[in-house]
Amino acid sequence: MEPRTFTVAFAPHVHDGSSATRIMWTVFLTLLPAAAVSVYAFGLDALRVLALTTALSVGMEALALVMMKRDPRACLDGSAALTGFLLGLTLPAGISNGILVVGAFVAIIVAKQVFGGLGHNPFNPALTSRVFLLIAFPKQLTTWPVPRGLQDIQEFMGLAVTRTNDAVTSATPLAAIKEHAQRAMPNIQLNDLFFGVHTPGSIGEISALALLVGAAFLLYKRIITWHIPAATLLTVAVFGALTHLVNPARYADPFFHLFAGGLFIGAFFMATDFVTAPVWPMGKIIYGVGIGLLTMLIRLWGGYPEGISFAILLMNAVTPLLDRYTVPTPFGSRAAPKKTGGES
Amino acid sequence: MTTHANPFPGGIHPAYHKDLTRGCETVSMPVPKILVIPMSQHLGAPAKVLVKKGDLVKAGQMIAEPGGFISAAVHASSSGKVTAIGPVELPNGSMGEAVTIETDGAHEWEKMEPIQNPFAADPKVLVERVKAAGIVGMGGATFPTHVKLTPPADSPVDWVMLNGAECEPYLTADHRVMLERADRIALGVKLIRHIMGVSKVSIGIEGNKADAIEVLKKAAGDLAEVVELPVKYPQGSEKQLIFAITGRRVPPKKLPSAVGVTVFNVATVVAIADAVIDGMPLVERVVTVTGSGVNKPGNFRVPVGTRVMDLMEFAGGYGDDAEQMILGGPMMGRAAASDNVPIIKGVGGVLVLTAADMKNTDFGVCIRCGRCLRACPNAQNPMLLGQLIEKGLFSRIDEEKLREIVLDDCFECGSCTFVCPNRRPLVQFFQMAKGYYRSQQKRKG
Repeated sequence: MEPRTFTVAFAPHVHDGSSATRIMWTVFLTLLPAAAVSVYAFGLDALRVLALTTALSVGMEALALVMMKRDPRACLDGSAALTGFLLGLTLPAGISNGILVVGAFVAIIVAKQVFGGLGHNPFNPALTSRVFLLIAFPKQLTTWPVPRGLQDIQEFMGLAVTRTNDAVTSATPLAAIKEHAQRAMPNIQLNDLFFGVHTPGSIGEISALALLVGAAFLLYKRIITWHIPAATLLTVAVFGALTHLVNPARYADPFFHLFAGGLFIGAFFMATDFVTAPVWPMGKIIYGVGIGLLTMLIRLWGGYPEGISFAILLMNAVTPLLDRYTVPTPFGSRAAPKKTGGES
Repeated sequence: MTTHANPFPGGIHPAYHKDLTRGCETVSMPVPKILVIPMSQHLGAPAKVLVKKGDLVKAGQMIAEPGGFISAAVHASSSGKVTAIGPVELPNGSMGEAVTIETDGAHEWEKMEPIQNPFAADPKVLVERVKAAGIVGMGGATFPTHVKLTPPADSPVDWVMLNGAECEPYLTADHRVMLERADRIALGVKLIRHIMGVSKVSIGIEGNKADAIEVLKKAAGDLAEVVELPVKYPQGSEKQLIFAITGRRVPPKKLPSAVGVTVFNVATVVAIADAVIDGMPLVERVVTVTGSGVNKPGNFRVPVGTRVMDLMEFAGGYGDDAEQMILGGPMMGRAAASDNVPIIKGVGGVLVLTAADMKNTDFGVCIRCGRCLRACPNAQNPMLLGQLIEKGLFSRIDEEKLREIVLDDCFECGSCTFVCPNRRPLVQFFQMAKGYYRSQQKRKG
């Protein structure tokens, strides 16, 4: 037999078949139940917002890649689409198309590509963009269309209702609580918050149940771990319970805080963003507790009715520190020095 | 008896593909016409050549003596004439000195004297015999066995472990050795107990080899306990094996003797018994030939120095679509550029893959998903280290610190790279950095 040559490659020569693109699209899919509830509740407007933010984000990504002379096909890796979809889910359904263009620009260009693109952005791009829009367009970002199902019974809810042109808008439960706690509280039904079709709010936040279905799949697939969402939700629940015990008339009960607003989408889908969250278990728990605390501080005593976006972005800033100081000791060295994660 | 084992943290579950060959009885391969026997088949200094070009040698004759304290002797695997002494390509890709023998087909032996009544003999005599037989760790690390048998006085060994985990996918060579040579393994255990003066011996076997567990339980009797190990890669790594069986954790940068343990591969133990009882040096080993790119997967007893091309010819040849040839298993084995390389003492498998099996090697950026961190059996930080090295920062940051993070203790099991969704070549990055530091050290003197 004559000698024969072969293709060489580095070890290991086998792979588990996972792919970053598949992970991105899986997260995308797990958000579809929440999106579906929204489209039911808010009609085609919700679909318009989600489709536009997703498409615009992919477009912005392609533009940035072309400008930087990289392969523009990378815009289809799922990360830009996911960012756009998440951004759309944090916005009210009635928002104008011009704001969506600004939103996609801030999310992809300012918050992501400026820092070096995928894997390098220190802050969650979708949330950075949402917070930018909230500050730049405060009126449009807090004008909530009333979901189908609510319009019929809104008179009984005692929530602030305003009529602008032909669209009916309403305050979110968190905003109602903030404005006039005593009057609003008895009227808010927990099961509405849970199933979502009767509550005003951002497109993606109205149904806790739909979000839980998606989150359960992510946990089952081990794409996310339990640490961040569990720490966040538990902190909010404990904080909510304590304040409610101190003054039940002023502070809503913990279940309200758990199911109202963007806590679920934030805790399961935003805070767990790989790039901007800590990687070690202990770091994740501290990060989750921080998000829960900041959220409650803003909700109860801050200037905004909802605080999850700010809380996650603030904790994003702490991620490098947590990554550095929560490194587990290597196998076999229980007493090894803790400071082994830094690069200095 | 069987006892329960501790699962080590981390690890992965690759597809094992062991059914291809686990039922294939070992077939002895006839001596090929050409043997290429490298002087560096072990960890440590290369062996020193004792023969000249043109010399006639016999099977089992020592053709090179140990070149230092950590080194091993090398023997001719068959009789014939030395036709060349010079550099050849080794299985690890480097060039190294080798003795080429044109065999005469007579396979005339020159064995050492069997040691009569070894259990009454001075352990030192037995260690000398192991050294003279050129025995090295046959699991792949190829550490000279006689050094392992004589631990330094300041780190006494109270527990000896036989490694029958064989966690590399595809390979079944150790599995066959355990099934076919269980009595020899038991004899080897008895010899090791005598040499090292230990009474505690455990044989660790992954649960997917139930037949080997049964056979060895019967053969070992009271000499050793057989421990069924969880099926998880890299269960066969020394530190993970020791933890599984004893619960002891070997500290970073330390050898198993730091926790009073020494580990031998099951095939190494057979070699020890062969050397003492039969006077047989280490001149052959069992090799699994497998993968979708071979016509007839199987297990073969192969003379050391057999070129892969000759082994493949005997084993049934390559399939039409063979594209990649790996010496060892798919996780830690090395893809060879040509099959004109010899099988040496530490090579337990020839794995041939087709283009369809080969993984796509295009890689992307780290998305910090954390899968590598959960897979690393040493709980280290492949994510951070991979990013630093990729960006070339490893030369600018505190070397001591970086080495502390991972490099010194990473044994390149490949778990991190196996699970990386962006297919980052993390192990290769680590090898690169290790090479960089080695060259820096040399420059510093």
